[in-house]
Amino acid sequence: MIKVRNLTKYYGERLAVDNISFNIGKGEIVGLLGPNAAGKSTTMRILTGFMMPTKGDTWIADCNMVTNSLEGRKHIGYMPESVPLYTDMTVRDYLDFFARLRGVERVRAQKRINDVVTICHLEEYVDTIIGKLSRGFRQRVGLAQAIVHEPEVLILDEPTVGIDPIQISQTRALIKELGKLHTILLSTHILPEVNLTCNRVIIIHNGKIIAEDRIENLSAIVKGAKRLRLEVKGPHDQIIKRLQRIDGVKRVAKEGNYLVVECPINIDPRGQITETIIKSGWTLLSIEAVDMSLEDIFLHLTTKEET
Amino acid sequence: MRNISTIAGKEFKAYLNSPMAYIIICIFLLVTGTFFSIYLKNIDYTDTTIRGFLQYANPLLLLFAAIITMRSLAEEKKMGTWELLLTSPVRDVDVILGKFLAAMGIMIIMLAFTLYYPLLLQIFGDPDMGPIWTSYLGLLLLGGAGIAIGLFVSSLTNNQIISVVVSGIILFALWYLGNIANNNYMPTGLAKVLSYFSLQSHSTNFTIGIIDTRDIIYYFSIMALFLYSAVRSLESGRWN
Repeated sequence: MIKVRNLTKYYGERLAVDNISFNIGKGEIVGLLGPNAAGKSTTMRILTGFMMPTKGDTWIADCNMVTNSLEGRKHIGYMPESVPLYTDMTVRDYLDFFARLRGVERVRAQKRINDVVTICHLEEYVDTIIGKLSRGFRQRVGLAQAIVHEPEVLILDEPTVGIDPIQISQTRALIKELGKLHTILLSTHILPEVNLTCNRVIIIHNGKIIAEDRIENLSAIVKGAKRLRLEVKGPHDQIIKRLQRIDGVKRVAKEGNYLVVECPINIDPRGQITETIIKSGWTLLSIEAVDMSLEDIFLHLTTKEET
Repeated sequence: MRNISTIAGKEFKAYLNSPMAYIIICIFLLVTGTFFSIYLKNIDYTDTTIRGFLQYANPLLLLFAAIITMRSLAEEKKMGTWELLLTSPVRDVDVILGKFLAAMGIMIIMLAFTLYYPLLLQIFGDPDMGPIWTSYLGLLLLGGAGIAIGLFVSSLTNNQIISVVVSGIILFALWYLGNIANNNYMPTGLAKVLSYFSLQSHSTNFTIGIIDTRDIIYYFSIMALFLYSAVRSLESGRWN
C-alpha cells in the first residue's frame, strides 16, 4: 500500500532523510518512531506529495508520488503535526470543504460528515466555529478531516501531541479502530504509543532507519536491560562506587538527584542494593524500576549497530 | 473546474465572514462617493460624468487588491493549512484560480455598489452611458491585474504585512510609471517603454469610451503572467 525506495531529502545542505526504504502492507498500522528532527515529518510530507524528494521514489496505492502525485493524493488522508485548521469555519463547513475537494459528491459528503463526526465524537460541536474549540477537539477535527473522503491510506503526524491524557487514550483507541478500515502510518516520539497502537514500528534516527520490526520484537530490545532509579541520602560518589561492586549491576549513573542502576533483564539486584545502602549507613528513600526511554533505545540500537 | 469552484466558494465565504472586506468596501464607497459628488458640484452640475469617481477609484482599487489578497496564500502558509490544500488531489493552478476568482467576486460586488453613481446621473440627467460602461470594464481589468499581482506576492511569504506592503509598492510603482512617462524631460523612446508597462496609461482609453485591444491584451498578460508565477511559486515550494 505504501512503498518507499531509497528516499533522500536535503534541505539545502542539511540532510533530513538519508536513503530510506520500507514497505507497508494493506491494513497495517505502522509507527514511525524517532526523536524530534529525526526526519519523520519530512518522510510523511514526501509521502503525501506535499514535498518532492531529492532522490528516490514513493508509491501510495501503486501511484508514484513523484510522477503521478495528483492521482496518488486521492488515496491519502493526512493530518499534519500542527493540525492546521481554518479557524473561521464551522466544523461542518471545514469537513465539507475537504470532502468536496477530494472528490466526494455533495450528497455523499453530507452523509460522510455525519459519519465522521460520530466516529470522532464531535456531534455536539459540528456547527461550532473551529476557532472556539479546545486543542483536543481541534485534534479530532483534524482526524475527521483526514478520514472524511474514506482514503485507503492514513498518514498521521504525531496524532497525540498536545492533548490531555484522557484524550490521548481516546485518540489511540480511535486510531486502532480506524486501522480496521485504513492502512495507517503514524509518527510519534513517544515509545508507549507504538506499543499501544501499532503492529509494526520503524525507528528512524538522523534520517536513517535504525530498526524495523514487529512490536513484540521491539519489546525484546527494550527489555534487554532493566533500569532502577534510586533516591539515596548520602555521598553519591561513594554510593556509586559501592553499588558497582554488586553482582548483576552493569552500570550506575547519576541523573539529577537520582541514581540510575542498569542491570540485565534476568537479574534482580534490588535486595542486594538496599542491603548495601543500609549497611553503609546511608538512607534509601525510594527505589523503583523505570522503563527504558526512547533515548536509551536509540543509544542501545545505534551502539549495537556500530559494534 | 469543480475544484476551482469549491476553493473559490470557500474563499468567498471566508471574505464575507471577516470584517476586512466590509471595511474596505465601506472606505472605497465613502471616498469615491465623496469625490463623485464634489466633482459634480465643482462643475456646477453642467456635465453628467463619473469622472470624480474614476479619479480616485483607480488607485483605491489597487489598494483594495493589495489588501484583499494579502491573506490569500500568506495566511495559509502561516497556519499550515496549505499543507492540506496541497496534499489534496487538486492542481496548484486550481488553488490559485480559485483564490483569484473569490477576490474578483468581492471586487465585483464592491464595484456593483458604485453603479449607484451612474444611476443617479441617469435619474437626474442624461449621461452618455458608453464611456461609463467602458470605464467599468477598465476598472475590472485593472482590479484583476492588481489581484493577480497581489496573489503572486502573497504566495512568496507567510507574513500578511509583508505581502500587503510589497504588493502595494509594486502596484503603485506600476501605476505611477505612467506619470513618470508623461514627464517632458523623458526621452521619447524610454517614455514609450515606461508607458507601455504602466497600469495607468492603459486605463485612460477606457475612461473616454475607447476599447483598445492593446489595453485588454496588456491587462490579460499581466494577469496571466502573475497567476502563472504564483502557480510556479507554489510548485517550487514543493522542491525546497
